[in-house]
Amino acid sequence: MTSLLDQLVLAPVILPLLGAGLCLAFGRFASAQRVISIITLVAVVASASVLLVRADRHGPQSFNVGGWPAEIGISLVADRLSSLLLLISTIVTLCVLLYSVGQGIVEFGRDAPLSVFYPTFLVLSAGVSNAFLSADLFNLFVGFEILLASSYVLITLGGTEARVRSGTIYIIVSLASSALFLISVACVYAATGTVNFAQLALRMPELSSPVATMLQLMLLLTFAVKAAVFPLSAWLPDSYPTAPAPVTAVFAGLLTKVGIYAMLRTQTLLFPTHELRTLLLWASILTMVVGIMGAVAQSDIKRVLSFTLVSHIGFMLFGIALASDLGMTGAIFYIVHHITVQTTLFLVAGLVEYRSGTTNLDRLGGLARHAPVLAVMFFVPAMNLAGIPPFSGFLGKLALIEAGVEAGDWLALVGVGAAVATSLLTLYAVVKIWNRAFWQPMADPEDETPVPFDPLVMGGSLHGRSSVGTATQRETTWKEDTEGERLPLRMAMPTIALGLVTVALTVFGAPLFSVADRAADELHERTPYIEAVLGDG
Amino acid sequence: MTANLMLIAVVGVMVGAGVTLVLERSLTRILVGFVLIGNGLNVLFLVVSGPAGAAPILGLSGDPMADPLPQAMALTAIVITLGTTAFGLALAYRAWQLTGTDDVQDDLEDDLIRRRAERDEVSATFDEVDDTELPDEGYAGDATLAPEDEVPA
Repeated sequence: MTSLLDQLVLAPVILPLLGAGLCLAFGRFASAQRVISIITLVAVVASASVLLVRADRHGPQSFNVGGWPAEIGISLVADRLSSLLLLISTIVTLCVLLYSVGQGIVEFGRDAPLSVFYPTFLVLSAGVSNAFLSADLFNLFVGFEILLASSYVLITLGGTEARVRSGTIYIIVSLASSALFLISVACVYAATGTVNFAQLALRMPELSSPVATMLQLMLLLTFAVKAAVFPLSAWLPDSYPTAPAPVTAVFAGLLTKVGIYAMLRTQTLLFPTHELRTLLLWASILTMVVGIMGAVAQSDIKRVLSFTLVSHIGFMLFGIALASDLGMTGAIFYIVHHITVQTTLFLVAGLVEYRSGTTNLDRLGGLARHAPVLAVMFFVPAMNLAGIPPFSGFLGKLALIEAGVEAGDWLALVGVGAAVATSLLTLYAVVKIWNRAFWQPMADPEDETPVPFDPLVMGGSLHGRSSVGTATQRETTWKEDTEGERLPLRMAMPTIALGLVTVALTVFGAPLFSVADRAADELHERTPYIEAVLGDG
Repeated sequence: MTANLMLIAVVGVMVGAGVTLVLERSLTRILVGFVLIGNGLNVLFLVVSGPAGAAPILGLSGDPMADPLPQAMALTAIVITLGTTAFGLALAYRAWQLTGTDDVQDDLEDDLIRRRAERDEVSATFDEVDDTELPDEGYAGDATLAPEDEVPA
């Protein structure tokens, strides 16, 4: 009964944890750690793709961990939505890992007795997979905690002052949202006597409407913090830009999307009557508009990108809020698109930083002439993010806007307007980066009013040996080292590969869209998921 | 389901005290706050698990068993709180090493806006604030000590 293929659902969670353990065991051998990490993630990508094919052909794959029945044990389920997001997130993780290998992100040396980057990175991957696959609320909480705990380590990597400062805020916000999550789990258990999604889906309708709405609000609030939905998004642009480039990239790609995934799952499975439509629509509209206003006002590439990240969360939330078939399909498609595009852009920002020593637009210029390849690498995903027609961003936005028009009420139409305005302003924000960093010639440093060197904005990357010195010292010495240096191929290749993935999402837009469509159907049907969890208990 | 009112009151007090501490500026206090909240939530799981019963081991006793599931969850939550607290303490120590204080610093955006206002003296929003009154003087990169901690002990 339990053939090896049935247990494949476990692989994306178990393998990275195993790899992390091995990495720690080989803590003193950098190359061994690299090889282990890469092999692990390649295996996870392979298993995720098999899972997607199986989930698409044979319905949701479920596995009860330890043989306990789903009602009291932990079960993992890969339906179309889970496995699609799992596949794309592991591909992105693998690319970022290769990038960081190329960057030489190892902290061996005098100050670090043990390299923690690779094991932590793998644990992060395990946490993300666990969150995507988990079939109960508490295991989802554990998944979140795994990925948050490793993100705490990654965001404060090296322990420089800027990172400690921004990491502190990030950690406090995350701890608060985790506490809220725990309260929600306890309340859900008190009300229904279970935390299993499938059982919850059956029992939720029996609850009185105020109780159900309260539970829904609590869960939404929790996930809104994790996903950086507008009133709860202030922590994100503050904490992400200071981390090393690959870390920011993988956070931007994955962490907020896990929050969106959790919303998508609970909204469709537990609360299909959808009473908070108005609230969600307003939240999505405000997230889009306020986020992109922030992006327009910034003058640092990483900070602009962080604000666009917040803003585009609004698009996905818009699809969830509409809850129509097309809206869900659009939201799923948009998640896949946005994971890859946003990660690529952050990796490119890392390359810009590597090459020029800064991501501050006031001190960049002429990159299109000096680094044409880098310019192309930025231009394609940037246009994709803004939603210029041939690209996948356009397809996702089009689906969402169509869904909004289809819904037809005035609030949905306001949302459509906000989506269009946000796309235009996104275009403005990325073109601003393009003009100032790539197109126009470098401003003569003497002419300019001196911009005070800002160690806060310059998070710096962990290029070379990580020193515990102040950020200022490290950045300046390092800038001289790499000024005018050519792009290291080993960092550029993974970025190009990920850029090609974003283009591939466009080329294979139709099959991807149909998978997203089938995933949305499955979410609306609900029965396949419930049967898969409870059926073969 | 009958709920134990006493335990709920305990949860309320612990979480309330925890939230009060989290609103402080010092990271150490915030962490103590989160420990209180975490423990309060573990008590909440006791409330959730319903009336007390025999040890939940199959075949050991015929009495009605206590619900084992919330216990497992509380146990997991305890472990997670332990880990994050340990990390948070290390972070507070590191912040203290670097800046001489473990105060949570202002949001970066606030700093940037303040600095922009300083550069642009005709700005209408810029009122001449004496910078030394601001709590986050230590941002300049070197290990300048922040002004005296004004939080009452």
